[in-house]
Amino acid sequence: MDRFVFLTIDGLSRGAVYAAFALALVLIWRAARVVNFAQGAMAVAAAYVAYTVSAATGSYWLGFAVALVAGLLLGALVDRVVMRHVDHTSHLNPVIVALGLVLLIQAVLGMVYGNEFRPAEAPFSRSALTVGGVAVLSPYDLFVFATIGVVVSGLAWMFARTPVGLRMRAAAFAPEVSRLLGVNVGGMLTLGWALASGVGALAAMLVIPTELGLHPHAMDLVFVSAFTAAVVGGLDSPPGAVVGGLVVGLLLSYVSGYAGSDLTPLAVLVLLLAVLLVRPGGLFAPVTARRV
Amino acid sequence: MSATRAALPPKQQLVDTGRPVDRRRGSTLLRHLAVVLVVGLLLVGVSYAVEPFRNFQLATVAAYLCATAGLTVLTGLNGQLSLGHGALMATGAYTVALCQNAFADRGMTGGWLLPLSLGAAIVSTVAVGAVVGVAAARLRGPYLAGVTLAVAIVVPALAVTFDGVFNGEQGLSVPVEPPPMALGPYFPYERWQLWLTGAATLLALLLLANLIRSRYGRTFRAVRDDEVAARLAGIHVARTQVLAFVVSAATAGLGGALLAVLAQSVSPGAFSLTLSLFLLMAVVIGGLGRLTGALWGAVLLVALPDLTHSATEMLTLSPAVAQRLEGNLPLAIFGLTLIVVMIAAPGGIQGLLSRLGRRLRARRS
Amino acid sequence: MHRLAQRGLAIASTIALLAAAAACSGDDGSGPGAASVPGVTDTEIVVGTHMPLTGPASAGYSKIAPATKAYFDYVNANGGVNGRKITYKVMDDGYNPANTQQVVRQLVLQDKVFAILNGLGTPTHSGVLDFLKSNRVPDLFVASGSRSWDQPDKYPGTFGFNPDYTVEGKILATYAKTNLAGQKVCFLGQDDDFGRDSLAGVEKVLGATAVAVKQTYVTSNTNVAPQIGAFKAAGCQVVVLATVPGFTALSVGTAARLGFKPQWLVSNVGADHPTLAKQLGAAAPLLEGLVGTNYLPMQNDTANPWVQLFTKINKEHNGDAPFDGNTVYGMSVGYLFVQVLLAAGKDVTREKVLEAVQKGGFQGPGLVPLRFSAKDHSGYGGQRLSRVTGGVQTYFGPAYETDEADGPVNEYTAAPAAPPANGVPTVS
Repeated sequence: MDRFVFLTIDGLSRGAVYAAFALALVLIWRAARVVNFAQGAMAVAAAYVAYTVSAATGSYWLGFAVALVAGLLLGALVDRVVMRHVDHTSHLNPVIVALGLVLLIQAVLGMVYGNEFRPAEAPFSRSALTVGGVAVLSPYDLFVFATIGVVVSGLAWMFARTPVGLRMRAAAFAPEVSRLLGVNVGGMLTLGWALASGVGALAAMLVIPTELGLHPHAMDLVFVSAFTAAVVGGLDSPPGAVVGGLVVGLLLSYVSGYAGSDLTPLAVLVLLLAVLLVRPGGLFAPVTARRV
Repeated sequence: MSATRAALPPKQQLVDTGRPVDRRRGSTLLRHLAVVLVVGLLLVGVSYAVEPFRNFQLATVAAYLCATAGLTVLTGLNGQLSLGHGALMATGAYTVALCQNAFADRGMTGGWLLPLSLGAAIVSTVAVGAVVGVAAARLRGPYLAGVTLAVAIVVPALAVTFDGVFNGEQGLSVPVEPPPMALGPYFPYERWQLWLTGAATLLALLLLANLIRSRYGRTFRAVRDDEVAARLAGIHVARTQVLAFVVSAATAGLGGALLAVLAQSVSPGAFSLTLSLFLLMAVVIGGLGRLTGALWGAVLLVALPDLTHSATEMLTLSPAVAQRLEGNLPLAIFGLTLIVVMIAAPGGIQGLLSRLGRRLRARRS
Repeated sequence: MHRLAQRGLAIASTIALLAAAAACSGDDGSGPGAASVPGVTDTEIVVGTHMPLTGPASAGYSKIAPATKAYFDYVNANGGVNGRKITYKVMDDGYNPANTQQVVRQLVLQDKVFAILNGLGTPTHSGVLDFLKSNRVPDLFVASGSRSWDQPDKYPGTFGFNPDYTVEGKILATYAKTNLAGQKVCFLGQDDDFGRDSLAGVEKVLGATAVAVKQTYVTSNTNVAPQIGAFKAAGCQVVVLATVPGFTALSVGTAARLGFKPQWLVSNVGADHPTLAKQLGAAAPLLEGLVGTNYLPMQNDTANPWVQLFTKINKEHNGDAPFDGNTVYGMSVGYLFVQVLLAAGKDVTREKVLEAVQKGGFQGPGLVPLRFSAKDHSGYGGQRLSRVTGGVQTYFGPAYETDEADGPVNEYTAAPAAPPANGVPTVS
């Protein structure tokens, strides 16, 4: 039982990060109909900026803030400089461009910082507090849950209540009509990219201290898990991303804990197939028939 | 894909899918045969003209070409995105390794064993491809991408999980017999490798080219262009998609098997997710939906590591700087080229060449 | 129909173009007047290697080849070997076996290297063993502790360098048996040869049932909390790690946050203190008391004459790159290769080099003997234990030597050799 509690909490705390990263993917998918394969690399780039700032100033929180800003700017930049100019008539073109961005960003980071692991600092202790002899949560886990909770509810509030959120939704779902109604569709798209990239940077800042450390490829595996999470939840659904993230986190934790870590990829495939064969648009897909 | 569509006769294909009414059909086959023969002869000539290492590189291009050609048929002509073709190649590669090892263990020799192993590789990949294809036929866009991505990660991981059979990360060696004695005792091994892979690949391409021109090719395209319209025209959409996936898997399996024969070894690290992504990049940058585009893509896959080396050798830098640039600089250049090409010429290299060709012809007339 | 003819023409011209390009660039590898020995002229000897310089696996390892090259540059600046300068061609394979195939063929068939030196990685190098054998290319000092390199009958030209993982497992287990007797021993290993061979060594010494909990990890899953949690739940007191540096750091960090503090016994692959400390950052004090193994001089031992020599060479020929265990390793490989070349004599051939290695008797920076003979191609045959105390990793106790079978673990007491005055070996 202790082990089950332990694996559950461990899975949830990683799942929360996957959820945030999946949410970032969903944001861009909803805004631009692009699966942003470059999101991991972009988030790592923001984390490197944070590393540089933290190393220069000695302040973790300054680095953290700069990472978020860098994430936002990088997202806007990628949209304005690259994605805006890609021919979107084929859904493949943006995917290939995103893969090109991955190569470019990782190579540039490798040139600037070297292909070495850098230590990534955690702002709170990662030692678990024990309750009744069972190691439950570390202060850092609480920080992760709290931060992601704030981001998720903040985004939900923004899209549901604020004028800018409503405009973004309108621009994504009916660009032509929105344009006629005076919405700056291009601006909303850029805002979507910036927001998504900012959330991605946040997720990277949260997950990298729990992994091998800062490296140009640090987010590769996280990206794969988060993409799986987004697909399981349904790419059109922000709540789906959150649920999908938690489910994938739990699954990975249980499988490595009870069956052996070499079986985790297989478990992920089985999960994907089980969900998608029943619901081809993910768990939270709107129930509309695709077929004729 | 816009360029692909422009190159093909537009929607009238949807109408004539019911019966094969193509009057050029016989001549198409003959024409393809003639092209294959000419290319084959040329390849033999080339194999004598160049060094062993270039022979090996050309043979590798041929092996990759199998996979990229299959992928371009699936993604370009049938509109299904696959991030898992590296895994299908791995299936073919491991099958050929297991077969060749089984033959060697039983002391069997003979020229017919390798074709048999290659055939087994194709069959096993077809089986895997059919399973994935059935799932794929229900899925669209990013959901299909997600499943194929998972397949790309699972298949190499299985080699580690079942290391009793597949020998884990270290992989298996693939015993391959030397060139037949009829070619003389000092026949260079790399030339023999080029002949072998070249022949297999040309055969696969011949079949693919005919398939594309046939009724099936037209149904592939019809499903890609508009599923609803295709259904109205009496095409079984799901069956067509599974068929496309199976054909594509068969060629990918052959490509993987040939790669294993060339390398005389297989290991999971050679068929990582990166390979799957690079295959996709290769076919798109080469020119999606065309076999010539797949050729450019395969050339690129082989030339890239070579480029990696020569690019850094050209520069004389301090050791500290060189260490950082080595490997990274060419990747950065490749990434940048990929982005620029996709923005400036979404039809890829082949699209660019066709446009150039058209312009030249227009000027001449 | 017109289009078909065009396509045929396109394909044909493509191939012709490729062939022409190949033919043009084809003969830049063979120098003028190349002697019968590939890669050797009167003034130069060309050797090659494959290393991960990019990609996730390149961390740390990317520094080895530059260090070897720096040592060769130093030797070249001192007149070379028998009047020949050593050219070291380093090819990046990104730890991808498919790339290794390409680059090794390029080195052998096109660049016509004399030998492949210190190719890195078990999965990468396994794939080229047959190719190197059929081309009779000496395959010297493979950078991995797999036992595959020690097959003199099957691969007569292949030699290892690192002590193999079973030897290492036996030595770590001997420490546990004598110094930590009665404590519960557990094991975490990478899910491949490395973990398996190491566990085999541990069990040879402690007995097959003595390891209480055995766990594995895969590099594609960076969460080791489930494994470490299992150790904690079982009450393990000693944990043997057959892990790469990243996963040593992860394991130590994860254990700390679970409030689990066992005695760590770490394979030399993942025990380099500077690498671990860098990765752990502020959490580096967790490494206190960690017991590791090594067989080359400790990089922080500034009193060691080998470290002094290598530090000097690192300053002069390697752009004063950060000096760590990988630098010492790379230069030690270079030193051994120069010894081999000298032993092979002035009229060096591939056969003579293989004979020279098999003859053995090389004294260098290593703390334990190299085991080369006609029947043994397995490299260093032992290790010495190290401990982290006050943030400094130092050796303690004697060096041990043993074999990968059931032989005993013996102390090795011979004094280590001192480097020659000018840092270049002479014919012994």
